[in-house]
Amino acid sequence: MAPLAPKTGDAVFASIDHVNAELFTLTYGAMVRQLLTDLEEVEEVNKQLDQMYVGYNIGVRLIDEFLAKSNVSRCVDFKETADVIAKVGFKMFLGVTASVTNWDAEGTSFSLVLEDNPLVDFVELPDTFQGLHYCNILSGVIRGALEMVCNVSMKTEVTWVRDMLHGDDAYELRVKLLKQIPEEYPYKDDE
Amino acid sequence: MAAIYSLFIINKSGGLIFYKDYGSAGRMDTNDSLRLASLWHSMHAISQQLSPTTGCSGIELLQADTFDLHCFQSLTGTKFFVVCEPGTLHMEALLKVIYELYTDYVLKNPFYEMEMPIRCELFDLNLSQAIQKDRVALLGR
Repeated sequence: MAPLAPKTGDAVFASIDHVNAELFTLTYGAMVRQLLTDLEEVEEVNKQLDQMYVGYNIGVRLIDEFLAKSNVSRCVDFKETADVIAKVGFKMFLGVTASVTNWDAEGTSFSLVLEDNPLVDFVELPDTFQGLHYCNILSGVIRGALEMVCNVSMKTEVTWVRDMLHGDDAYELRVKLLKQIPEEYPYKDDE
Repeated sequence: MAAIYSLFIINKSGGLIFYKDYGSAGRMDTNDSLRLASLWHSMHAISQQLSPTTGCSGIELLQADTFDLHCFQSLTGTKFFVVCEPGTLHMEALLKVIYELYTDYVLKNPFYEMEMPIRCELFDLNLSQAIQKDRVALLGR
């Protein structure tokens, strides 16, 4: 059987079930608010959203759904990975497309720019929480998802460069490839 | 008469996380199914190394006299394989459907631990429905 052609972001977005956007935004907002109450430290909340728990765990599970529904084949290089994340991934799960910019010289680092971000509708950051990266969950999700791809598991570092809640004009995520780990079978394990 | 004999799902380290028996032939106990899964995982890995073509992603189809074995490996390393009657059609499509059911009913279950055996009722239910639909379609042709 011929392999199924990869679907465009729009096609996948149209074919899956949708949830009310406000429900999504408000649920996320409630979760961040609760984390702030529980953890009190803004830095702790940032860490929870990205590294420790929420974002990363979502990412490792989301990648399979992404691969199943969009039929993308293995990306040839990191540039292709970036395009797939921006055009298909973001479209499929958030309904918005991101653009890929600012590639560095070696091609290991790029920026994802979001004009529109459904997570932050209705949100204003008060002064006491200025250090909060409200959408840090996105960093965790991207990191978790890329790490789970087999054979060329990618360890990345994802940071926020521009954040509209801090006064900038758009949302910009910087994705840096730290290393690619080819999956090797542990033949030497027993020695 | 069941066209599918059994379904296996193995995690990226080769451990069996799901096994379902559909036929009356070749019923296996838990230990045997675990052993078979590890065996298949190793053979699949070795086949990638042995392949004369570059970029080989492992065995997709094994044909024998009394059965066919279709295997699908996701890009995340999870393998879905089904043992069926020789000549059964559309198994690749079925495996893709099962992959989608896995991503929906297993991975989205917050109480499911990654890489652990699957104990999700919704997955079992939807899986039976998918297999049943496939069986009906098969007989209808």
